[in-house]
Amino acid sequence: MAALQDKYKELIDAATATGTSDLKVSELDGVLHIDGVAPSGAVKDQLWDIYGKIDPNFLTGDVVMNINVATAVEGAKLKVITESSNLNIRKGPGTDQPIAGKAAHGEIVSLISKQSDQWWLIRTDGGAEGYAYAQYLQPVE
Amino acid sequence: MTMKLKLLSTLILSMGILFMVSCKGKPKDADIQAAVTTALQSTPGVSADVKDGVVTLSGAVATEADKDAAAAAAKVTQGVKSVVNNVTVTPPPPPPAPEVTADDALKTSVAAIVKDFPGIQADVKDGVITITGEQKADRWKKLKMALDALKPKKVDASGLKVK
Repeated sequence: MAALQDKYKELIDAATATGTSDLKVSELDGVLHIDGVAPSGAVKDQLWDIYGKIDPNFLTGDVVMNINVATAVEGAKLKVITESSNLNIRKGPGTDQPIAGKAAHGEIVSLISKQSDQWWLIRTDGGAEGYAYAQYLQPVE
Repeated sequence: MTMKLKLLSTLILSMGILFMVSCKGKPKDADIQAAVTTALQSTPGVSADVKDGVVTLSGAVATEADKDAAAAAAKVTQGVKSVVNNVTVTPPPPPPAPEVTADDALKTSVAAIVKDFPGIQADVKDGVITITGEQKADRWKKLKMALDALKPKKVDASGLKVK
């Protein structure tokens, strides 16, 4: 237990110091699980940078880090951060659901609610409403 | 004989006075008890028992530092002669094991993510996502962030080539 926490001490300390709430550090079968809610997207990026510094390219596989961002609350503005393509907005939470609309790369949309960590209900300025994959949405701060 | 009796009674009397004098100005155990209890409010779980100015601490705390803090707080309380620290240190239970997404749900989510990362193959077994293929470093970071958010048991990328 201690060895992994020692290796990633800088990361855990940074999470605490930056005010990451609901911080949970636990271990399962040689993998350190770090869960928490960062106060901003910048803090989340900072934590991932520290993780990448300790374990270059995240290749060791001894950490699973799930950091959510506190500013991603209902009514928040989100930016579409796809690689370059449009983001599909679907009628339901799942890739098997029909597409209800699209949001362009870089477009700003509104968060209506979170169906889960993965699927968020959003609305575009154009009026399209539906579920999109949370990974491609970043809170605008 | 009378002389002896007189001496004895004087001795008893003076001892009594001495006893009364020595008692005066010295806090009673009950008072010390109250003061120590107040001083111990910052370390919950510790209780004190006072006898003849000697404080015996008992209870359980999470760390050695808390135990020392309780003793220090008791020591500086007025009237306390010494402190017997019988507080035990019981570390808090380890945090519960992380929750791991079941394979079926994990497979669906992994497939939905990986389709946007050409050159990557993913396999899910017993909560472990195994990633193989080739990917640029920044793209792999994005993928790893997305996969970690699915609450897998592990993301095994030992078979991945980062360009």
